Amino acid sequence: MKSSAGLHAKTFTLILLMVLFGPLGDVLLRKGMKQIGAVPVGSPSALPDFFLRTFTSGMIWMGIGFLLLFFISYLLVLSWADYSFVQPASATGYAVVSLLGYLILGEVVTSLRWAGVAVICIGVFLVGRTPPRTTETL
Amino acid sequence: MKLHEPFLLAIIVFVGTGGELAVTRAMKDIGEVHDFSPRNLLRVLVRAFSAGWMWFGVLLMTVAFFALLAMLSWENVSFVIPVTALSYVAGALGGKFLLGERVTPMRWLGVLLVCLGVALVCVG
Repeated sequence: MKSSAGLHAKTFTLILLMVLFGPLGDVLLRKGMKQIGAVPVGSPSALPDFFLRTFTSGMIWMGIGFLLLFFISYLLVLSWADYSFVQPASATGYAVVSLLGYLILGEVVTSLRWAGVAVICIGVFLVGRTPPRTTETL
Repeated sequence: MKLHEPFLLAIIVFVGTGGELAVTRAMKDIGEVHDFSPRNLLRVLVRAFSAGWMWFGVLLMTVAFFALLAMLSWENVSFVIPVTALSYVAGALGGKFLLGERVTPMRWLGVLLVCLGVALVCVG
């Protein structure tokens, strides 16, 4: 069995990958879809062109790629770490989304939102001080 | 709020979290991954997606996703999304009672703060 320090290190590494890949994928998808424009709900004849532009967009594929990496990291960390550790810890993603939205998409982030991000970080800090795995290995 | 809306919210929170707990169960059956070579990762993923728990989890998460879409088409987003922060409480309860994880008072406090913080982010 791995030492506790090793377990901590790989748990934190994978959660870090999750909270980077997930929001990065989201932001790329959002940026890609903004470039492509709104779904042409009223005109079905415009749909094929819409899908063609969506699935030939490099930004969309990069977004999908990052979301896949996010999901793989998520599955791997759950192979050893508690769900009740990983779920709250990955809420750090909200902080990353707010930062990326602010820095890359130029979105306005309200002070209430920043306050929420701060509260999340305190919560994650407390969860991070508990052992990542409390169940027996099978 | 319409009568069926609390029901849909419950589906989003409990069925969605239930799905993630089932996925966790599938990964726990596989056991701790030590070898991170691409070849072994592929083997782990193939094993993961041949587990019944994985597909049960994916099914539950899909149901929760469509409940969320339905809810969003009726209610203002600013009401729906903060309520889904309750998933963190459901997750800690599920981890404790379904997966046998030890949720210490420190972890509970952290989970409750995360829940509050996520609700604030969604309102803000």
